Amino acid sequence: MNVKKILIDNKSLVGLLLMMAVISVLSPNFLSVDNLLNILRQTSINAIIAVGMTYVILTAGIDLSVGSVLALAGAVCASMISADTPLLLAVVATLLIGGALGAANGVVVSLLGVQPFIATLVGMTILRGATLVYTGGRPISTGDFDVAESFYQIGGGYVGPIPVPVVVILLVFALFWVILNHTRFGRYVYAIGGNENVTRIAGIHVTRVKVLVYALSGMMAALAGMILTARLESAQPTAGIGYELDAIAAVVLGGTSLMGGRGTLVGTLIGALIIGVLNNALNLMDVSSYFQQIAKGSVILLAVVVDSRVKSSA
Amino acid sequence: MKTNTYANGEMMRLEKVSKSFAANLVLDQVDFTMRAGSVIALAGENGAGKSTLMNVISGVHPRSAGEIYLRGKPVNFNNPRQAIEAGIAIIHQELNLLDELTVAENIFLGREPVGAMRIIDQARIERETQALLTRLKQGFSPGTRVGSLSIAQQQMVEVAKALSFDADVIIMDEPTDALSDVETATLFEIVSELKKEGRAIAFITHRLAEIFQICDRVAILRDGSLVHEGPTSEVTETELIRHMVGRELSHHYPYAPAVPGETRVSVNNLSGAGFNNVSFQARAGEVVGFSGLIGAGRTELAKAIYGANPIISGHLTVNGREISPRGPHDGVAAKIGYVAEDRKAEGLVQMHSLGSNITLGALQEMTGRAGLIDRQREKTVVDRFISLFGIKTQGADKPVDQLSGGNQQKVSIAKTLAAAPEILILDEPTRGVDVGAKREIYMLIQTLKEQGICVLLMSSDLPEILGISDRILVMSKGRLTGAFDHTTATQEAIMQAAVA
Repeated sequence: MNVKKILIDNKSLVGLLLMMAVISVLSPNFLSVDNLLNILRQTSINAIIAVGMTYVILTAGIDLSVGSVLALAGAVCASMISADTPLLLAVVATLLIGGALGAANGVVVSLLGVQPFIATLVGMTILRGATLVYTGGRPISTGDFDVAESFYQIGGGYVGPIPVPVVVILLVFALFWVILNHTRFGRYVYAIGGNENVTRIAGIHVTRVKVLVYALSGMMAALAGMILTARLESAQPTAGIGYELDAIAAVVLGGTSLMGGRGTLVGTLIGALIIGVLNNALNLMDVSSYFQQIAKGSVILLAVVVDSRVKSSA
Repeated sequence: MKTNTYANGEMMRLEKVSKSFAANLVLDQVDFTMRAGSVIALAGENGAGKSTLMNVISGVHPRSAGEIYLRGKPVNFNNPRQAIEAGIAIIHQELNLLDELTVAENIFLGREPVGAMRIIDQARIERETQALLTRLKQGFSPGTRVGSLSIAQQQMVEVAKALSFDADVIIMDEPTDALSDVETATLFEIVSELKKEGRAIAFITHRLAEIFQICDRVAILRDGSLVHEGPTSEVTETELIRHMVGRELSHHYPYAPAVPGETRVSVNNLSGAGFNNVSFQARAGEVVGFSGLIGAGRTELAKAIYGANPIISGHLTVNGREISPRGPHDGVAAKIGYVAEDRKAEGLVQMHSLGSNITLGALQEMTGRAGLIDRQREKTVVDRFISLFGIKTQGADKPVDQLSGGNQQKVSIAKTLAAAPEILILDEPTRGVDVGAKREIYMLIQTLKEQGICVLLMSSDLPEILGISDRILVMSKGRLTGAFDHTTATQEAIMQAAVA
């Protein structure tokens, strides 16, 4: 009985491990250290976005604009680097731009009262357009200054054997976990998703919390954009298209309720890994990219259905 | 006129019905009989098993043991639908209406009459709904969106829905809880009519006076067992209470005259949505009761003082400083606490734990220098409130929605008190709360008053207002229409002001 409970409480993790066991049999290369580090690096971008997305979804919101924020912030960052802007300044400025774009979403949602889905759909459209205008539809190279070389390390560097993006996601995760579980702000994020009206009546500045939540999501999207730009040494105007869906899938696979108020960041991390492992396995097994989409969608559907079945039987 | 005569006019009989959830025995061999043309009260504390008994009768939960006879024949309901078709209607305590649909659509939900091409016969459902509303003396039209009605009016829609089934067996689960005296009187007229028509009615209520007012018999549950059943004329209120709580409990209100201190709240010509030109003062260490009919503007006034509703004009002075709150956070900052009338929508985050609900508005006090919440300190506060209020729970980490109504109300009050307010606004604090818990809440109010807290009590329960208020202000149609002292106030005088 106790074993069963432990399995049910950690069903995302159990699912991930089962999946890895099956894949390792089908594809012997899967469990190599190089491949596993590769998965972590590939997963890091989605995981960073998904961490911010978790906050948003916990408040019963959604952020569809992350892909566009990623692209715009990445483009601005690339032009700063190519103009020989000091690294720290460029990094901080990019994060602030992401934060500001996210905050704008938050203002539209909480002050203007627009549904999060619509507000961020609009944000997604406008910011994609802004990115195309800014870049003129062409990639922006990070240039040839020395700073470009140090900037590359953010996306392509290593700390010992560990890729820098993996270090980044671990730090981000730790910080966001502490905020969510041990601060008032984190408590209010859950409370707003549980019942926004009750939270407001309890005297909590709901508007402020929500604007900050969307700002954090935007900031994480910008961070992901920076890593992507650094690794490719250029910013693509079409970068990040469809990334919002992977992030939302990671959050949902991690057991967070789209209705808000319930969920964990650890779950999101596992959810992101499930998607990362799946992508990797489909590549290793030479599944055509057309079929990959179908396979991915089916696995996500299966996971969510199993999850709700287990929940209702528990 | 229905003529269903069985042995002794018996309509429905439960014989040694038991119900357990997992290992938990909730009903223990209960015998319960409903007779045609008779109203039986079902009383008991929260958690005594009243709702479970009703759910067993109406097919929501299957029984674990025992027999149920309807019109002399054994029945077995596997779902509510079967019970409804057999002529059993329930008016639930928690409103089961869809806000976005109209009154008529709600009443006919799932059984809409259709015409050619399966098009809903809208004219017919509106016509039939109108007839029901007229019977219930309700002024709103069948096309009104339910979400725009007051809770009392929604309750009347529930009654109309039950009537529309033309059921022989009608169960009313605390139907008067959200109603003012005038609406309650209307409901009682309906009950007498239904009785004359030969229907069998079970009436669940926490208000003892109502048992004597309209019920022929009374059955009392305690801890899942039937502890008393008999004609209402043969018991006294004191005996009823003793049966319900299993011990002697004075039904006098705990009251000691106030020793008022400095002025805490001063309201001058305050106007807002639902209230107009209201002026009053309230001091530290006194309970000011606000009486009036449903819709008189009490809740709106309370919310405006707290900052949850906008103030249009006038002055609000709290602790000597004029404030114009722009949201509840400003009310909290001014040391005002507000316990909402509607626990589900405004009081508690139902899916979250007792503990996190209690501390939601008080986390500031528990946050250390690094901005991290001191879990140990939080636990101390939560445990203190749980034991202080005698909240019955399996643990502080259990979700609030698993608690009974009375315990939820205690959590709701604890949540407000955790922020240490100097002014406490209680909006219908004993709604849906059993006698035992009610008394505990009254004692608590008395204690808070002695500690120098200024209490504003909004209540539709007249005896309660008369019993524990130092001063009573009466509202009618958004205006103050009467002011009384504890010693001079009478029910009649208050009612007169309430309908002024």
